[in-house]
Amino acid sequence: MSYKDQSLSISNPQNISMSFLGKLGILGITFGILSLICSFFNLIIVSKKITLSVTIVFIVVGTILYSYTLYFKSSAGIKNNHVWTNSLTNRGVLGWIIAIVLSTFYVLLYWWPEILGYQSGINNTNTGLISLFDPLSQFFKSQNASQWFVYGTLYTLVIFALGFKFIFKYRSNNYQIIRTLSLIVCQLGFAYLIPEILAGLNYNDSVDVDGNYIGWFDTDFKNVWPLDYDFFHRWHLEAMQNEAYQPLGMILLVWGILLFLIVTPILTYFYGKRWYCSWVCGCGGLAETAGDPFRHLSSKSLSSWKIERWLIHSILIMVFIMTGATLYGYFFDTGTVWGISIYNYFQKPYGFLIGACFSGVIGVGFYPLLGNRVWCRFGCPMAAYMGIFQRFKSRFRITTNGGQCISCGNCSTYCEQGIDVRAYAQKQENIVRASCVGCGICATVCPRGVLKLENGPEKTRFKSNLNLDENINLVALSKNEA
Amino acid sequence: MNHVVIIGNGISGITAARHIRKYSNFDITVISEEHPYFFSRTALMYVYMGHMTFTQTQPYENWFWEKNNINLVQSKVTSVSPEINQLQLNNGDTLSYSQLIIATGSKYNMLNWPGKNLKGVSGLYHKQDLDNITKLTQKCNNAVVVGGGLIGIELVEMLLSKNIKVTLICREKSFWENALTDNQSQLINNHIKSHQVNLIFNDTLKSIEGEKGSVKNVILESGLKIPCKFVGITIGVSPNINFIKDSGINFDKGILVNAFLSTNFSNVYAIGDCAEHQNPPNNRPKIESIWYSGKLMGETVAKTICGSKSKYKPGHWFNSAKFLDIEYQIYGQVNNIKSISKENTQFNWTNNSKSINITIQYIKSNHQITGISALGMRLRQEVIHDWFDEKKDIHFTIKNFDKILFDPEFSTNYNNQIINKYNQTFKVNLKPKSNKILSFFNF
Repeated sequence: MSYKDQSLSISNPQNISMSFLGKLGILGITFGILSLICSFFNLIIVSKKITLSVTIVFIVVGTILYSYTLYFKSSAGIKNNHVWTNSLTNRGVLGWIIAIVLSTFYVLLYWWPEILGYQSGINNTNTGLISLFDPLSQFFKSQNASQWFVYGTLYTLVIFALGFKFIFKYRSNNYQIIRTLSLIVCQLGFAYLIPEILAGLNYNDSVDVDGNYIGWFDTDFKNVWPLDYDFFHRWHLEAMQNEAYQPLGMILLVWGILLFLIVTPILTYFYGKRWYCSWVCGCGGLAETAGDPFRHLSSKSLSSWKIERWLIHSILIMVFIMTGATLYGYFFDTGTVWGISIYNYFQKPYGFLIGACFSGVIGVGFYPLLGNRVWCRFGCPMAAYMGIFQRFKSRFRITTNGGQCISCGNCSTYCEQGIDVRAYAQKQENIVRASCVGCGICATVCPRGVLKLENGPEKTRFKSNLNLDENINLVALSKNEA
Repeated sequence: MNHVVIIGNGISGITAARHIRKYSNFDITVISEEHPYFFSRTALMYVYMGHMTFTQTQPYENWFWEKNNINLVQSKVTSVSPEINQLQLNNGDTLSYSQLIIATGSKYNMLNWPGKNLKGVSGLYHKQDLDNITKLTQKCNNAVVVGGGLIGIELVEMLLSKNIKVTLICREKSFWENALTDNQSQLINNHIKSHQVNLIFNDTLKSIEGEKGSVKNVILESGLKIPCKFVGITIGVSPNINFIKDSGINFDKGILVNAFLSTNFSNVYAIGDCAEHQNPPNNRPKIESIWYSGKLMGETVAKTICGSKSKYKPGHWFNSAKFLDIEYQIYGQVNNIKSISKENTQFNWTNNSKSINITIQYIKSNHQITGISALGMRLRQEVIHDWFDEKKDIHFTIKNFDKILFDPEFSTNYNNQIINKYNQTFKVNLKPKSNKILSFFNF
């Protein structure tokens, strides 16, 4: 097929005319990214305050302008033309370049932040990319930026700008609009502004009167253990209990435990795990917005489903073992379990392999190669935990509309979680799968109105719908599935 | 030992093969010339537009067939000898069967227009047609599509995706007016025009002019001359049955079958859109070129072959389509005003700016509903199916309209507007429902 030949071309093979506003948008984005690159090489001449403001405005406004002209030039509907012929989205040259740049960024961020310009210490004098964000960090909390502040700012920026792109693209569907607004608000408010403001109010990341660092704890109200795997680490528990941070610290400690034990199961029972993965979560937020152009790259093969089940549940078990050892160490005030170092043999490997390599470098860096939900599908222990509820005790399902399915496969193609949706729809079965994050794209791209995300009575979840042929005995069929 | 041979690996043939495998351990051979593996013909357009790869149109992975012991042969059947239970392949091989299922589908219609063999003229049915169209339209700025039906509009959508200027020629005075109501047809006309398609009605193709063997212009009956490099012919399909014409198997337009889908040879069956029903059930058409009928016929013939003799008994009529961005669903009978019977009449509600239309057909005397069709709105087949069985009337239908809505969560709810229109039309006072908060939280 021709799409294979075209994958090597750098530019989009389709000759798409772009309006003046669209070109202006592209120009803005290019300027913004150029200024980030210049700052990486310490080539900023104007004041950082101005450079940073201009960069942020250019990237956000540029992206919104560009995506507006991209999608509003045609009527509301499905916008998947050329997805498999564009080298950015078909694992072509552009896709590989982006993947390499992104994963390199993550590697530097996690292990060599000094290359990005980060200098440790409270009164650090950053250089390069990190120093560009000093004015903003100073604004929030009167200290220079850390690599994590830069990462958080860029992350939020991307979800915000590309969130609007997503909303424009899927504007025919209110579910997509509302949940994307929710993702933007959750990232901007809960993950970014509130924690930074709290730190500014000395409720976090602060020093005592003698100038000693008190500690840091996670003030993102929507971050849940086990995704937030270091919630029960000694330093985190101690920071939350520190007098200087009360009552906020204790509130977050109690809330964090309730969120895992009570809130998550209840919400997952009523709505499926989508309440978190597609409405609230930061990883989900990035995957749905920045990752949307890559959702079709997830593998739908049966073998990848097998790998998925082994991997994600192994990680769930690992996080329980790691946290169990951590809590043992905390309550018995020891650094070892049966003589094994908790830090060296539990926390450090988990943090390195799962926290950094899997969720960061592979999870995001490989968007253009493996799809946008690699981490959510194969790795996230929170997803695994909710998946167990979703599969066995939940009101959520994707309903198949009788016999309307024409097996075209758009649903399977655009399922970011690699679910072969068509396999269920063409058998007139509802889709009840642990991994479904309820993004709703399968139902959106379906050309025949076959799929609908629904919450409803548990007893109707698994049934096959509507017997079209009066001859067919569905009970007999389901016992003998080929 | 039973050896079931199936000619054709489309949805009908493959459904038959899968179901025979469910019920039996017969030897199963599926022969196809088009492609070694089953793929969804309905998705070919998405391959062209770059939404999907061809591999993704295949609902089963390649290992599936060997695992289920279904033998696939890529070859062309040249003739069938039903007296000796044998068929001949174009590579010279012969194959013996105990039961034969013919599921060869259709091929696109082509009239004897001058210039029809020029390079740049193609219909769209087989994978080879798609490959051909992909090549022909690579450097094409202008295209003409002849025939305003379901494949016609798909081809228009495909060509538009490559920024090709398209002219769509309809023989009728409005798009697909034999099947849609006037209201619906009008909405679709406007929608097609809003995509910058040059939509021409009341005209047909007269001839195609060429230059150096390639298409240069089309000439319409009206005399209109349209320059183009590609001409898409989408004036319908007809059964693909040339290879049986000397076999002694009875045929008219399609292969003639009885209620059990068997031909004049009791161990030779025909299913899908190559079959012509001598006595079609429930006033259905004799030849059904519809995805789910192929599936149902495949399931039915599988049961018969595996020992439980079954008639083809499809339930209530339904179908769906998509016109560029607008989805269409129909359940039961909703006729155009020209073809509606005297006993029936219609209620309809339209939102012009959003291109949404609901049309409910019902019996004048007792108000019992006989059909519902929707543009721009998804409806729940299962519930409508039950309402047909329970002979519900239009009052009940409007009152419980939220129960048949299948639109995505948070979609704009038009129930109250529909109820208002109903109240005006019928001079009644049906109360609108209001449970917005609960529905927002999705309980």
